[in-house]
Amino acid sequence: MAAPVAIHLEFGGGAELLVDGVKDHHVTLPSQPEPWDVKQLLVWIRQNLLKERPELFVQGDSVRPGILVLINDADWELMGELDYQLQDQDNVVFISTLHGG
Amino acid sequence: MAHEVHCLKAQLEEKEKEIVALKNKLAHLEKGNASVLKLYEKVTPLSALQAKAALSNEDIMRYSRQLLLPELGVQGQLNLSKTSVLVVGCGGLGCPLAQYLAAAGIGRLGLLDYDEVELSNLHRQVLHGEENQDQAKALSAANAVKRLNSTVECIPYHLQLSSENALQLIQQYLVNDACVLSGKPLVSASALRMEGQLTVYNYRGGPCYRCLYPVPPPSETVTNCSDGGVLGVVPGIMGCFQALEVLKIASGQGSSCGQQLVMFDAQDARFRSIKLRPKQAGCAVCGENPSVTRLVDYEAFCGSAATDKCRILNLLSRDQRITVQDYKSIMDNAEPHLLLDVRPLVEVDICHLPTSLNIPLSSLEDRKSEHIQLLQERISQLKLQMEGDCRPPVYIICKLGNDSQKAVQVMEKMSGSEVESITVKDISGGLMAWAKRIDPTFPQY
Repeated sequence: MAAPVAIHLEFGGGAELLVDGVKDHHVTLPSQPEPWDVKQLLVWIRQNLLKERPELFVQGDSVRPGILVLINDADWELMGELDYQLQDQDNVVFISTLHGG
Repeated sequence: MAHEVHCLKAQLEEKEKEIVALKNKLAHLEKGNASVLKLYEKVTPLSALQAKAALSNEDIMRYSRQLLLPELGVQGQLNLSKTSVLVVGCGGLGCPLAQYLAAAGIGRLGLLDYDEVELSNLHRQVLHGEENQDQAKALSAANAVKRLNSTVECIPYHLQLSSENALQLIQQYLVNDACVLSGKPLVSASALRMEGQLTVYNYRGGPCYRCLYPVPPPSETVTNCSDGGVLGVVPGIMGCFQALEVLKIASGQGSSCGQQLVMFDAQDARFRSIKLRPKQAGCAVCGENPSVTRLVDYEAFCGSAATDKCRILNLLSRDQRITVQDYKSIMDNAEPHLLLDVRPLVEVDICHLPTSLNIPLSSLEDRKSEHIQLLQERISQLKLQMEGDCRPPVYIICKLGNDSQKAVQVMEKMSGSEVESITVKDISGGLMAWAKRIDPTFPQY
């Protein structure tokens, strides 16, 4: 059994509009048999945080094009993307790329 | 012998004075011509930018405060003078960017924009003035830059990078590919609402835009400044940041943003730097086996996303909609009805029709209980007032007539169950049509 993990989720660049306009979410992922990875986190977010139009956040089992995922201030591509195993106190940012100016 | 040397030296000195005088005369004449900058409607090949061999006394005085920086120095200044920069978009980012590049003594500035200056641009596009309204932004920006530094060569381009309205998104992929194909770094920034982002793409082993975003996002997720709003100083800060990185690259110091995403949160006054992935081997344009080897059709690539910045929805049938003229006569005849304004509160605060009830579309969609209750009350009152078992009419209005259509669909589902049976229609074209056709004193935004 993996222990519960407390993590800090941040949404920005407009992605926060999908989660009630709130940028910061401190959440605790419950204890489960397997360790939590990002893929499972996305399922959890979809079930617990997304108010409406989940397709604007997730597509298939990943995030939709145009959203960048950052784990502890690094591009998730450098961290193993969906397979990254979440550690207690991790910081995960979902940022929508901005177009404008 | 000594006499001959002395004579030659004196002659040389004389000639040098003559050269300075001629140069001053030329510069003076060229300054006079600054007001007749030519606006380019298409791209034409330009002559190569001539590298300066040395700084003139005027250069030394003008740039003295930055020449003192060991990071820049004389060589850095000379490097700036032989660099050409294309500024894509003379808006909230492009204005401060062009301004600081010109002030610092960049050699040549291409200034590209397809748009004309509008009143609603002036809060953030700080090179344009009130007298420049309706003028091509590229020309207005070029004239402002010329006033600041007449030694910078300015080439204003009044054209769009794609055939239809050059949406930011198409432009982003197009500019990225053009930079990769021509081997230039792309100093890219964006700003919306109270946030900004900056990355230098295609630079020293870092990613290009396609490495990060191989697939374009769905159109509905792309918000622009006219929809989302922006505080002018936010693009101002990001445009200045772009200028900084361009100057570091052009002078030879180099940028440290090549594999970094800088995020600016204006609300929390916080900058954050994120380490990005390196250049991707599988990238379609900068990878090992690129499939994009010349510029392609970016509208097709970005999909139907690439339409006008204000898309017009058509969700309802004709009999579900009325025109602003129809609504005017309903008002004039004092026909009992409920007018429902479904815009967000922040927009209702800007302007609204006096009799309207405001319930934002999102509250209707979420069936917010206090709003539904309010709606029930108002519809019941209306029904009493109408003294019959008719279906009270509800007219829905928004800014442009898109959200109002969605709201009609929501209300039709509610009619007869969550609220009493109603007849619900939307006002085509919304408040902006009202301002244009019925009441010219009504504000437009």
